[in-house]
Amino acid sequence: MSLSKIKFDKKIVLSFWIILIALIIAAPTILPVFRLNLLGRYLSLSIVALGVDLIWGYTGLLSLGQGIFFALGGYCAAMYLQITSSSEFPNNIPEFFALYGVEKLPFFWEPFRSPVFTFFAIWIIPALVAGLIGFLVFRNRIKGVYFSILTQASLLVFFNFFNGQQKLINGTNGLKTDVTQLFGQMVGSESMQRLFFWITAFLVIAAWFFAKWVVKGRFGNILIGIRDDEPRVRFTGYNPVIFKTIIFSIAGGLAGISGALYTVQSGIVSPQFMTVPFSIEMVIWVAVGGRGTLLGAILGAVFINYAKSLVSEALPASWMFIQGGLFILVVTALPEGVLGWIQGDGPRNLLQKFGLKRKIETYPSLEVNNKEGNNE
Amino acid sequence: MNNKDLLNLIDITVSFEGFLALNKLNLNLKKGELRAVIGPNGAGKTTFLDVITGKVKPTSGEVIFKGKSLVGRKEHKIARLGVGRKFQSPRIFENLTVKENLEISVTTPKSPLNLINKSIKDEQLNEIDRLMKIVNLAQKVDSKAGSLSHGQKQWLEIAMLVGQKPDLMLVDEPVAGLTDEETDLTADLLKSLSGENTVVVIDHDMEFIRRLDSNVSVLNQGTVLCEGTMETIQKDKKVIDVYLGRPED
Repeated sequence: MSLSKIKFDKKIVLSFWIILIALIIAAPTILPVFRLNLLGRYLSLSIVALGVDLIWGYTGLLSLGQGIFFALGGYCAAMYLQITSSSEFPNNIPEFFALYGVEKLPFFWEPFRSPVFTFFAIWIIPALVAGLIGFLVFRNRIKGVYFSILTQASLLVFFNFFNGQQKLINGTNGLKTDVTQLFGQMVGSESMQRLFFWITAFLVIAAWFFAKWVVKGRFGNILIGIRDDEPRVRFTGYNPVIFKTIIFSIAGGLAGISGALYTVQSGIVSPQFMTVPFSIEMVIWVAVGGRGTLLGAILGAVFINYAKSLVSEALPASWMFIQGGLFILVVTALPEGVLGWIQGDGPRNLLQKFGLKRKIETYPSLEVNNKEGNNE
Repeated sequence: MNNKDLLNLIDITVSFEGFLALNKLNLNLKKGELRAVIGPNGAGKTTFLDVITGKVKPTSGEVIFKGKSLVGRKEHKIARLGVGRKFQSPRIFENLTVKENLEISVTTPKSPLNLINKSIKDEQLNEIDRLMKIVNLAQKVDSKAGSLSHGQKQWLEIAMLVGQKPDLMLVDEPVAGLTDEETDLTADLLKSLSGENTVVVIDHDMEFIRRLDSNVSVLNQGTVLCEGTMETIQKDKKVIDVYLGRPED
């Protein structure tokens, strides 16, 4: 794998950032509310994808259970919004409790009255849960496909638990956030949605820089070492369990932030966030965008989801086929994903195949042989 | 067992579902010694290394290293105590550069906090420079380790082993697939490492072992058949029977 990174001029990088920031600021005036809201949601999904790239692309841990942490973040945000907007309901508790005859707020809702607690809970609770699950799994040296199955099984456990707890968290109906209040405004209102869009865009960039910081240098090299040859890392004196637990926990925290942002922009959090296909989709975004590239995870999440909404509007039944096809294409033809393919000289090789660009000079005989090989 | 010994293996038995990979193996290493271990295929040479490094837990027996028992300790703890290992086929991190590979080996302490917080120490960078010169990889600093030739990979792994500063170096077939010239250089390198370090070399290559000019232990069927200099063991009747080969009866 030759990652020939293109060196950009400082001026180009700077102007790229200026244009990007200008676009983010201007997006609410350019895009209609509906599209802006979609873009905001897809940007928030790119944060969970960054986490998947950290654990899968860099460390080789294919988790099919990121939906757990995503939903936990969403529930934390929604519980805060519901409880702070429940003053006109019976017993001053969220409205849905009345449906099940609950009169007293369950104890675990209490801390969510505090905005500060909620702010930390959104990422720390998913990170702790991920850390705990991760530590138990990694300590027992469960890896590869067994790890994937285990994470998927955990996802189902969480899904079924949340689905069944009407009296605690409204079960399968989930918690609505769009009619709740934040800063004296309706969360579903246009001005709040615009604010959420900007917050999301800012957090995507922040998460990207954070992920880049994590994988740069020796810490990131150990992650790659664990992915490529874990026993070798052990025999060099490192404890892979700790490294894997930390990175899995980081990915969990990112998923939580992502879930909270997604919840406030889609207006509801429900156990549907913990369905098996959704967590697999997260992996597909990263696989298509490019494993181990970080930027590929962001682009994969945003573009695939945007394509999904566009295709679903035009040809409602066909999206699943396209998504499946995309995954097959990537697995068979572009194992490094789209961005990995571009960075690995893919476009130049493709042009050469069609004879549009001259090969690097080699011995004449080699060149002739290569051409013959390509014609077969 | 005496105080000068760095490592004692006492009656080590390893049973894989009834098959005895090691059978009451006893072996003592002095500090600073260079020891070659030879034996036919299946004699238990690699299992012997696996037991010391914690990959395989012996069914019975004791491993004493610097006065401490190694049995039951985790691999990374054993590595931190000062046991380094080079694998049979070169095992380096192919997606990292030569320098990054060496960074991983020379870094101390090996905790996540140290790695993420601090940049590498100057003396560790100097150590990397020194190692790269020793193994002739100075020009390849920023190349991906996967792009190196087989011999260069072997050497990179030896450099990584040295960079770990282990008291005991376990070297499994360091010259497999190397040219004669590279083999000679490797033998000289390993010889120069002993004295300060204790080195165990496992190999089949008789010329290479001869060049090491060290004590040799011959393993057969999971136990030490014979120990001594190359000349002694070549004359040993048992060794000739099982290993060096005898004219057909």
